[in-house]
Amino acid sequence: MMSFLFNRFAISLTLVLAFVLQIIPLPVEFDVFRPDWVLLTLSYWVLAVPHRVNIGVAFICGLGLDLVLGTTLGIHSVATCIVVFILATNYQRLRNYPIWQQSFVVGLLSAFYHLLVFWLQHMISDIYFLFHYLAPTIANVITWFYVFYFLRKVRRTSGVR
Amino acid sequence: MNALFNSGQSLLPRLILAVVFSIIIMVVDHRSTQMREVRMYLNTLISPLQFIANAPGAMLDWVSREFVSHQKLVTENERMKQENLLMSTALQRYHLLREENTQLRQSLGATARADGKRMIAELMAVDQNPYNHQVVINRGLSDGVYEGQPVLDRDGIVGQVQYVSANTSRVLLLADVSHNIPVRVLRNNLNAVVSGTGSLSQLTINHITHSADLQVGDLLVSSGLGKLFPEGYPVAKVAMIDKSQTTAFVAVSATPMANLNQLKYLVLLWPQEERIDGQP
Repeated sequence: MMSFLFNRFAISLTLVLAFVLQIIPLPVEFDVFRPDWVLLTLSYWVLAVPHRVNIGVAFICGLGLDLVLGTTLGIHSVATCIVVFILATNYQRLRNYPIWQQSFVVGLLSAFYHLLVFWLQHMISDIYFLFHYLAPTIANVITWFYVFYFLRKVRRTSGVR
Repeated sequence: MNALFNSGQSLLPRLILAVVFSIIIMVVDHRSTQMREVRMYLNTLISPLQFIANAPGAMLDWVSREFVSHQKLVTENERMKQENLLMSTALQRYHLLREENTQLRQSLGATARADGKRMIAELMAVDQNPYNHQVVINRGLSDGVYEGQPVLDRDGIVGQVQYVSANTSRVLLLADVSHNIPVRVLRNNLNAVVSGTGSLSQLTINHITHSADLQVGDLLVSSGLGKLFPEGYPVAKVAMIDKSQTTAFVAVSATPMANLNQLKYLVLLWPQEERIDGQP
């Protein structure tokens, strides 16, 4: 029963876990380097099963991010949708990249994601760009290795296709 | 569905649809109040995530509370008793002053000031986005929290409630760039507006003329003009005044009275509701 549930809802469960990791408190020094867990998890699933996880899931996750992070609704959903679109249109090429190359692509896309979020926020309220807004990018490049191997294990054991 | 080359064409329309829809939501959410209720339900939907994320910290708190030494509790209790005594003696005079104030206001024909209902809320250790200064507290609609409600800590105004869900709510801090609060200088009743700068330890006051009587160290209290915050709660203290003549207005920065970077317990205020006398 448990394994059936796990297999059925593996993708959703990993996304929920990513959401919790996204908002779990960290010491202030590490907080600026918090990886974008939700974006990384989404990226993995888009590359692995693009027919199941694509723009629709990205949109819902984006709205979820707006809610848990307290931003104006729609900001994160635009950013996640665009990043997921880029991944989903290029998944065949990206899948064949070695993992370190993938991690750079994901890092670059996450920088783009943060710039998009910043830019949309900037249109709504007059915030200024601080360079540490891009700090999660570095963390994303490193975390991608762990996310990739962990989620691949999840995908293989749960048989998500 | 599991084709080798799938959905390359159908992705672009989907993206356009999602982006257009997001932009519509964004505009509606930002510009109007119609999304309030929707947002409330959605926030309620995601609040379990916040409780899960808060759980490890809450557990650590609980453990450290369970394993406090007897000695420490005794000394703390002693200290609290003394503090309480000092506060209640200060309150004795407060009651007298309030009574006197009400009588004076009555003789002037002005309405009496009412103390509102209060409730203590605890900060939930939940992380936020780096662009806004907000905190999540463990009180929500079921406790009667409403949007725009003033939130205080022991030293002054902290901010106002921005979004409410069933059991949690999100408080916008004074320090956020989008937050403004009408104040007056306690010393001479000069009116001003204190705005956030994005830094937790610095607020700014715009549109102060060169001739205005404002000094470093002046206490700024809420003026009650915006109708959101009740009158007379400490907001900030003037920290620096730059009177260089090159600008039309004086640049004034102020430090918030509340300890915005180490919040733990907050007080929610219901300014409208009259408190029954004698009840704390």
